[in-house]
This record gives sequence, C-alpha cells and structure tokens, in this order.
Amino acid sequence: MDFKGKDIISIPDISKQEIDHVLAIAAKMKKKPNPSLLKDKVLASLFYEPSTRTRLSFETAAERLGMRVIGFAEAGVSSSGKKGESLHDSIKNIGLYADVIAMRHPAEGSARLASEATDKPILNGGDGANQHPTQTLLDLFTIKETQKKLSGLDIAIVGDLKFGRTTHSLAQALAYYNPRLYFVAPEALQMPDHILKFLKKNKVKFSQHEKIENVINKVDILYMTRIQKERFPDPLEYERVKNVYVLTEDMLEGVKPNMKVMHPLPRVDEIEPSVDKTKHAYYFQQAENGLYVRQGLLGLVLGKLK
Amino acid sequence: MANKQPERPFKVYTIKEGTVIDHIPRGRAIEILRMLKLVDSGNFVTMGSNFKSKKKGYKDIIKIEGKELTPEEVNQVALLAPKATINIIRDYKIVDKFVVELPEVFEDMVKCPNPKCITNMDPQNAKFIPTFEGKEMLLQCVYCEKLFKPEELNEYVK
Ligand SMILES: [Zn+2]
Repeated sequence: MDFKGKDIISIPDISKQEIDHVLAIAAKMKKKPNPSLLKDKVLASLFYEPSTRTRLSFETAAERLGMRVIGFAEAGVSSSGKKGESLHDSIKNIGLYADVIAMRHPAEGSARLASEATDKPILNGGDGANQHPTQTLLDLFTIKETQKKLSGLDIAIVGDLKFGRTTHSLAQALAYYNPRLYFVAPEALQMPDHILKFLKKNKVKFSQHEKIENVINKVDILYMTRIQKERFPDPLEYERVKNVYVLTEDMLEGVKPNMKVMHPLPRVDEIEPSVDKTKHAYYFQQAENGLYVRQGLLGLVLGKLK
Repeated sequence: MANKQPERPFKVYTIKEGTVIDHIPRGRAIEILRMLKLVDSGNFVTMGSNFKSKKKGYKDIIKIEGKELTPEEVNQVALLAPKATINIIRDYKIVDKFVVELPEVFEDMVKCPNPKCITNMDPQNAKFIPTFEGKEMLLQCVYCEKLFKPEELNEYVK
C-alpha cells in the first residue's frame, strides 16, 4: 500500500484497509526500532497552540527514526502567526524546508488548508475541535494490542461525548469493526446526533447510559475521557455529575479479566490513582503507543515504509 | 426546441443574446445576482419578481443580455434555486434549455457559518460538498467538516 505523500488529516478520509495497514506497520515499529530509517529527513513540528504531549510524541517519533526536527511550540512566541502572515503562506514556506509537517492549530479545517498550501505531507495533530486522527489511530492500535483483535468488541466510551472530538473519531473509526458500543455520559453531554446517525447508517449497535456501573462488567474496553467544568452552562449541574464519572478501584471487581481501561490523557480526577496499579490500567501504554503509530506514519508518508 | 414559442415573461423584456434563469424561488433572484456577480459584470441585467408560475405559485426570473452562462457557473445557482431552468438565447430564440444540476462542489460563493473555521481567518474561501441524509441535502464544509442545511447558508452568501 503506497502512502507516499499522503496527508493524514481526518479519519473519514482513511479506509479500513489503510487503517489496518497503519496499525500493522506501527506494530513492526514497536517490535523493532529502526533508528536510521529517515536519516537526513526533516520534520517541521508546528504547534500553533500548546499541546506538550502530542508535540513531544511527534518529535520523539521523528528523532527515533533519525530525523531532524525544526518548528515551534507556540506561534505566539515565534514570528509567523504574530505578524499576521496567513497560515497558507507560512505552510507554503515551511514546506520548502521540511520533508513532512506535523501541526496543531486552533482553527477547524486548518490542517486541510495546510495540505493545499504544500506538496509535503501534513500530519494533523489536532485542528480545533475538529479532528485528531493520530490519536484515533493510536487508540485503535492499543485496543487491538490488548484484545488481539479489533472486530466484535464491547466498548464503553465515557465522559464528555458531546464536545470530545476524540470520542467522535473513535466511534466513527470503530464502525469499520462491528463493535457493540456503550455511550456513558450525563444526558447533556451525550453523543451528538450526527454521530449517532452515522453509526445507525453503518449498522453499529449502541446504547446510551448514565452510569459506568451499568456497563462496566460487560465490556472489553472502558474508554474514559475528561468532563470539563466549562462545558456546563450551570455549575450546579457539573457538581451533580462530577463524581458519577470517576473510576475507582472497587468498581473493577466484577469486570472481564481482559478488560482494559484507556484514556487519551491528561487525566484529572476521572480515574483514581489506585486504578493505575491494577492489571486493567492501560492508559500509559496507550500514550507510549502513540510513538509507534507516529513513527509508522512518518515512514509511510515519506515513502520509506510500504 | 429552437422554434418553441416564447413564454409570457420573455415578452416583458425580450433579450437578443444571453441567458434567462427561470423558476427561481420567489425572493431569491437578488441573492443570485449577487452570487454570480452580475451587477458588477457590466452586462445589461433585468430581474423580475412575483411572476406567476404555471406549476406552483410565484417565481423570480433573471435575464442577462450579452452573456451565456456556462453550466458550471449556473450550477452554483443550485444552492439557492435547485429547480431553476436556464435558457440560452441567441437572436431572440431559445437555443438551449437545461435544468440546473448539483455541482460536485460549491465554491467561492458562501462563507462558512462556523466562526472557528479556518476560512474565516485565512484568505482561503470556503467550499461545500453536497451530501445526502436520506432525501435531505446537507452541505459539508471541506475544511471544518461541519454540515449545514442550505437555508442556513443563505445569509452567508458573499
Ligand atoms: Zn467551515
């Protein structure tokens, strides 16, 4: 499968075959390091808004393949962005220096626009509330790694499902794999209609719940996300739900032995630290897997991996 | 088709060479003039509102003297007037007549209503792709990927 020159912008652009291929390549990267695969290639790492986690993951992935990294961590402190240069022009310019661009930008659609400004491949590290495809790919990689398969799994997604782009892309991507989905959220933060419609159209079985306890013993994956206070118009409503969506160690008592807890991180209060030492905790390995998925993508879009 | 008798509206302001856009929903002609930048074009343009339509109620009509719209240009009209018909006039006769078709992409005519969309910050123009949910047409911004109903876009016509 030829990924050379391809942009990774949005999950709906990527076919099931392509996802499977990326995951297979990432597994190879995890098994066998390849420190000079992309020697002398340059990654531009452009973070127009801060995201230390994603930025370090991209940059470490590049370094581990022998690449050199240029870029900035916040456009506010560098020249482009501040001077009022258009994103289009700054990407066109940077595309002349770098072989591949990883970027995060607060505007929705910024990565798509960037891909039109340069021939160099763009890896979208988050465009506002729209897409964050490498997160979804590393989520799928982790699910597959822990369950030895992706098809036919029972997966609960918990937290802010209304505004959380991570949960939207994950649900959309899982639709390829015949899952049974459980959406656990306060009513005000349930999955938006367009995602539910998409799932129905793709014949995905799902149900909506208000409590983790109602589904936790049935699932193979418990995917936790953060509920942000700012999302609630009424602070009282937040106070009412904030303790309902917290995973504690004793809730794990009756779960399936293969059940793994995932979280895109950073976590705040929604997983108690005591869960970390149980065999079900997998969120730190999940974050580590981001490295292999991003290495795989870099190798693929630069045409060094097939 | 060429020897078809002109209909009543054509008699009002007969044009010699050009385009007649017929069956525009009542009240939308002004937006179409704007969208096709016809006022700035320098062409002689007439617009009529509240013509009685044979089939249903009232309609608007636009006549453009001295300019034959291409099907591509005309298809952009589909956003505001999905049932419009286009008549190409040469020497006072209709030489071609067609119904607008949905284009693959609507370009350069509407701003994205999403304030967080990059097209509202960078000079790039928004583009929309028609998609269908059952029979209902929705327009998806190529950039921010948000879906809109056509009537939600009307007030964002440039
Ligand atoms: Zn948009």
